[in-house]
Amino acid sequence: MAETVAGPAHDVAGTAPEFPMPRASRCPFDPPPGLKELQEQGPLAKVRLWDGSEPWLVTRYAEQRAVLGDPRVSADTEQPGYPTKASAEAGEGKLSFIMMDDPEHARLRRMVTAPFAIRKVEALRPAVQRIVDGLIDDMLAGPGPVDLVEAFALPIPSLVICELLGVPYADHAMFQDNTRTMVRTTATPEERGAATREIAGYLAGQIARRLTDPQDDLLSGIAGRVAAGELTHGQATEMALLLLIAGHETTANMITLGTAALLEHPDQLALLRDTDDPKLVASAVEELLRYLHITHLGRRRAVTEDIELAGQVIRAGEGVIMVNEIGNRDPEVFEDPDRLDITRDARRHVAFGFGVHQCLGQPLARMELQVVYGTLYRRIPTLRLACALEDVRFKHDAFIYGIHELPVAW
Amino acid sequence: MKVELEADKCVASGQCVVAAMDVFDQDDEGIAILLTEEVGDDQVDDVREAVAVCPAAAIRLVQA
Ligand code: SF4
Repeated sequence: MAETVAGPAHDVAGTAPEFPMPRASRCPFDPPPGLKELQEQGPLAKVRLWDGSEPWLVTRYAEQRAVLGDPRVSADTEQPGYPTKASAEAGEGKLSFIMMDDPEHARLRRMVTAPFAIRKVEALRPAVQRIVDGLIDDMLAGPGPVDLVEAFALPIPSLVICELLGVPYADHAMFQDNTRTMVRTTATPEERGAATREIAGYLAGQIARRLTDPQDDLLSGIAGRVAAGELTHGQATEMALLLLIAGHETTANMITLGTAALLEHPDQLALLRDTDDPKLVASAVEELLRYLHITHLGRRRAVTEDIELAGQVIRAGEGVIMVNEIGNRDPEVFEDPDRLDITRDARRHVAFGFGVHQCLGQPLARMELQVVYGTLYRRIPTLRLACALEDVRFKHDAFIYGIHELPVAW
Repeated sequence: MKVELEADKCVASGQCVVAAMDVFDQDDEGIAILLTEEVGDDQVDDVREAVAVCPAAAIRLVQA
């Protein structure tokens, strides 16, 4: 393996390919061809980022999991060598524990794990089913075509996370608008700062209110930690902000991307439409998580102590990027990886990352997607795109990949 | 086979519970707990899956 990684691509300064790379114009669901080429060449490559820095790109599944599970790599964006995603991200404050290392990361994360336990999430399933059915009723009662993002995909995770945190859904337009700004890679630092401050100010107020008047919700739990002296008010606000925004864009984009992909694969869509087997629905969710890739900019880390990977020493102070979308298309792990097959066992995918930072909300995301994919196509069997796939605008310019608007009819 | 869990490594992802419901559960904070230490032949595959998907490498399957 050592020979392949020492290839010429990164030996000469300034010749590393740029990252992120463009997708092939006709394949919005496939990783950029350039990434697949790098993966074929070896498990590691150097790439060049927006700021001219040249971190390592880890292309293969096994190596990605090894790095993400290694305590010698840091998720702290202020570590030397940390590969930032865009100018807006550089120099910005920490977004709570996802940008910290253990033991502080573990201490803070454990404060909010309770509602994401499998049993707690399962208890929410009937409520999510009601939300999904209600939105479909509304769609069917009105005229088509509709934008599936506005009418369906965005309200679901918004309603669920508002319910969980205990914030009124009536305020959702404010979160959604600001979240959209926060995830746009082209937003200026000023725009991002203003958007973050507006949501954070709102949440700080909600937490302050619960300090004196606790409710039965997650924000009251967080307020309780402030009262107990375990969190500062600022840390509590960061944590609430993280939970609120992390659930929004991710699940919504998986719903629209998944639907667009299934409409392009009618045989797979038919399997899902005609089943009432929860196992097949669950397997479809895992396969769509494997096949699609909303976190297209990769998981990023800074190496804090020299590590050896596939025969190459990665030095302290160097950055590493694990692009899960090509990890999930690694032919060593998934047979015929570019084929969408909802009957395959795709559970080992790294769509939620790996290691101690693996997505906290994944049980909730899975359950929401199971309800959505298990209901939408069954209830609207004639669902179709109301425009050509070429005219669908994909979110190349966002931290979270997805679809801006998805016009559908039935 | 015997299953071992290092609960202080657990990051409460619940993946083990999904993979092997009869072997794993979660406490009030979402941290994994073992329902049994002895794993029957019919459970071994599910526990292997739990070992493979656990993001924190907190689970091990060992010869009893
Ligand atoms: S899979 Fe691992 S990290 Fe997740 S709950 Fe089980 S033991 Fe904990």
